[in-house]
Amino acid sequence: MDKNKRKAYIINTISVVSLYLVFFILIQTKVMNKYFIGIAILTCIMIIMAMSLNIVAGFLGEMALGHAGFMAIGAYSSAYFSIALMDTGIALPNIVVLILAMIVGGIVTGLVGFLIGTPTLRLRGDYLGIVTIGFSEIIRIFFINFAPTGGAAGLKGITKLVTFNNVYWITIVIIILIFTFGRSKQGRAIISIREDEIASEAAGIPTTKYKVLAFTVSSFFAGMGGALYAHYQAFVEPSKFTFMFSIEMFVIVVLGGLGSLTGSIIAAIILTVLPEMLRGFAEYRLLVYSLALVVMMIFRPQGMLGRSEFSLTKFIDSLMLRKDMKNSIGGGEAQ
Amino acid sequence: MDLFLQQLINGLNVGSIYALIAIGYTMVYGIIKLINFAHGEIMMFGAYFAFIFATSFQMPIWAVLLIPMVIMALAGVAVEFIAYRPLRDAPRLSALITAIGVSLFLQNLALLIFKADPKVMPKIFPETMISLGGVEINSTTLVTIGLSLFFMVLLDLYIRKTKQGRAVRAVSEDKDAAILMGINVDRTISLTFAMGSALGALGGILYSVAYVQVFPTLGVMPGLKAFIAAVLGGIGIIPGAMLGGFIIGMVETMTKAYISTTWADAIVYIILILVLLFKPTGILGKNTREKV
Repeated sequence: MDKNKRKAYIINTISVVSLYLVFFILIQTKVMNKYFIGIAILTCIMIIMAMSLNIVAGFLGEMALGHAGFMAIGAYSSAYFSIALMDTGIALPNIVVLILAMIVGGIVTGLVGFLIGTPTLRLRGDYLGIVTIGFSEIIRIFFINFAPTGGAAGLKGITKLVTFNNVYWITIVIIILIFTFGRSKQGRAIISIREDEIASEAAGIPTTKYKVLAFTVSSFFAGMGGALYAHYQAFVEPSKFTFMFSIEMFVIVVLGGLGSLTGSIIAAIILTVLPEMLRGFAEYRLLVYSLALVVMMIFRPQGMLGRSEFSLTKFIDSLMLRKDMKNSIGGGEAQ
Repeated sequence: MDLFLQQLINGLNVGSIYALIAIGYTMVYGIIKLINFAHGEIMMFGAYFAFIFATSFQMPIWAVLLIPMVIMALAGVAVEFIAYRPLRDAPRLSALITAIGVSLFLQNLALLIFKADPKVMPKIFPETMISLGGVEINSTTLVTIGLSLFFMVLLDLYIRKTKQGRAVRAVSEDKDAAILMGINVDRTISLTFAMGSALGALGGILYSVAYVQVFPTLGVMPGLKAFIAAVLGGIGIIPGAMLGGFIIGMVETMTKAYISTTWADAIVYIILILVLLFKPTGILGKNTREKV
């Protein structure tokens, strides 16, 4: 392990732990009430959703407008599983049940993603976008009509397993997993397909295989996000997972910058927290939000971060550098 | 048999509305390769204007139909000028997000002005039942089908026979070559938005009359279905949009009548997916090979 890498690990670990401590203290001292904790949990879930969507939309560069459908499958399958597990009477700690439910939700959704992705990824661009809208709507209509999961009335009786403490660490783990995926051999192959599909095929990359892989991994994590959502709300209904919700997630990814995971994280935080802060102007809130979207696209179409990643280490380095420069300039004047 | 005929006419009714809206999508896509998400909101505002003119001002039928069409044509041009034109050379995705933004903006504007509760759309056409070969047809249905067909034929003639229509076709075929031929591309694109939006507004009015309601999210579902219709027929092709509209309307009505009301939308999407998988360019589309 080289020196820079170790330094980056240390800085990131310290910042993650200290951020957790800040939240921990705020919650313990009751500065953050239940409402704010709720926003923080939703933000974590949206971070997972945006990052997972970024695998297809950003890394692979394909338009996927059906992420809500995958989230729905994850939410429903995990909730169904956890209810069944609770019914058997086996006493497991909450966190174990939650993680098992997430894994079930992730695998089921990943499988569906694989089945949908295999035929549809032959299409590209707008057409792929339309097909993903179609599948997501079919999934929603399926859950409206599917009696075992409560139909249109929704699935009730889910135990609320998600707390800020566990969702924070789960989100951190998923962030690390997706980052690692992006830098792995597979992740780089996917990015090369985005850059030039024909060239990467000529370089010996089985493009169809990696496209389906990206789609499957993306839906796997979307399913996990859906599982968290189900076990936070303790209730899932089909009307949550509409076309507009897919669009909302897509907007987060684009605003953060397609292909930039840190961008997705920042945009997910801003776009979840900001609307809540604007609740006082409830009537104008969505008006402002949509206007901001248009203005942003006209003046900065590549999103906040473009394709680059925000790095804490580099940020600190640049701060240090500035200080050094100031010192040297200051020193120069003194002489 | 009578039930079938009745459903056939219902299907034509819904289909003609979808066809009208689909034309707007397909024309815009054909000319600037953009899914104009705001089109559904254009039709919603058209319906609201018709509602206001019919209830508050008691205007005659032709004014209730034509004035909103003109207003929305101007609104469509304004949307293109303000939101889409600055992004013409930007990546396609940013233009798409802008379209989504405009759509959300207009929806929330309507929510703010007209409030969320649905308004009851008055019957703007004289209501009588016409008996035709044992089938009872509502006159509104006939007027809807007739009006849609009339405007579709008008548009088709305009696109095929006039100079401006030829310019529209030329720009959607090859923008750069059209510039070289001395065609004013900006003006042609504006014209396309005006025509598409006017037809969309008419579609919105007819839709709200058929379902007796006006509300801020009126445009979302028919907009999505009309867009599917446009894709189904082959996006960018005007007769394709009409054909697609009628197919979607017919499938939806028949599924509702004979299979299941709740699954109707799902079947529409399944057809869309199947068509796209086996013939991605749509029913009337030509296959083009991708070049390296």
